[in-house]
Amino acid sequence: MGWPEFGAIISGMSGIPVTSAQNRTILICSGKGGVGKTTLTANLGIALAKQGARTAVLDADFGLRNLDLLLGLENRIVYTAQEVLAGSCRLEQALVKHKQEPNLSLLPAGNPRMLEWLTPDDMKKIVGLLAEQFDYVLIDCPAGIEDGFKNAAAACREALVVTTPEVSAVRDADRVIGLLQTREIKPIQLVLNRVRPRMMANQEMLSVSDVTDILALPLLGLVLEDDQVIVSTNRGEPLTLNGTRSPAGQAYTNVARRLRGEEVPLTDPTKEGKSLRAKLGRLMHTKIF
Amino acid sequence: MTLRDFIDRLLGRQPASAGMARERLQLVLAHDRSDLNPELLEQMRREILEVVSRYVEIDVEEGDVSLETEDRVTALVANLPIKRARPNPPAPGNDPTMATA
Repeated sequence: MGWPEFGAIISGMSGIPVTSAQNRTILICSGKGGVGKTTLTANLGIALAKQGARTAVLDADFGLRNLDLLLGLENRIVYTAQEVLAGSCRLEQALVKHKQEPNLSLLPAGNPRMLEWLTPDDMKKIVGLLAEQFDYVLIDCPAGIEDGFKNAAAACREALVVTTPEVSAVRDADRVIGLLQTREIKPIQLVLNRVRPRMMANQEMLSVSDVTDILALPLLGLVLEDDQVIVSTNRGEPLTLNGTRSPAGQAYTNVARRLRGEEVPLTDPTKEGKSLRAKLGRLMHTKIF
Repeated sequence: MTLRDFIDRLLGRQPASAGMARERLQLVLAHDRSDLNPELLEQMRREILEVVSRYVEIDVEEGDVSLETEDRVTALVANLPIKRARPNPPAPGNDPTMATA
């Protein structure tokens, strides 16, 4: 893939950069912590890069950053967004290019002290700079709906809301969706994470349609609960990196394809099985009266 | 009722929890979205019943005022069965708050 020389494009921090319409700046948020925002950002970033899109991932969780760790880039960070904003380094010095997937770059967050002076305008400035040279800018939003969220939301045009089929995660997602809609961010699309088909089939977990009906968002992806996610974070290698056949890895790859406009059908996890168990499960949920 | 619910009931087992999750979530979201706490909703319900019953006799036992949510739009839904019209409703133009039931 062609990789433009950053120095030739970026002329410094002066002026608010104009972003072209093709560039997509996407907020990845959830409200609740621990539902898989950072995992989605890392996997989606790698998948988009593998599909040929120039992609930047920005860790907007300046307090507790983890995106570097999931991408295995934690030892390669020299500068952060903080230094770029302060003007003490150029953007291309702070960007960490992924070795195996050079279409992907990480812009690390600053440190917790940065929170005191970071404003929505700072965030717009950073994202604007990234949008000049990347097709996709993914912003890993901090949990909560306070300043960290507001700063990140100010800089994005569209959003992916990550949730799990649990009451607390869905409730928090609902709050976040309300806030995104008042900011006129669109499209807002849903990624349903950590789905357990067996529990869903036994009606011990909110179903896919329960969640999509309640939140009233288009479903961009459905990711099954998968032990390989933990294994991949241990290694610092997102599942989408090596084309693994793990269910979650494939789901993340499909999210990337749908995001790029490709039509990839979504399957209901509880209706897939042709096994006796699956058939029995369906029989058990037939309405009898 | 599904076959599963039927067997659960037959064996005295607890029903599957997804239905409960759905109901609890819908209720809490209706309140979250409208910023009305249950106490305020109850107060509003009482006042609505009061106003309506000045004009018609309603079945309070069967009546229901609640928040319902569909497609992210929350609506106040009142279902108030009317027994009969009041023989002497408040005259038009009068201050309605002065009317007696």
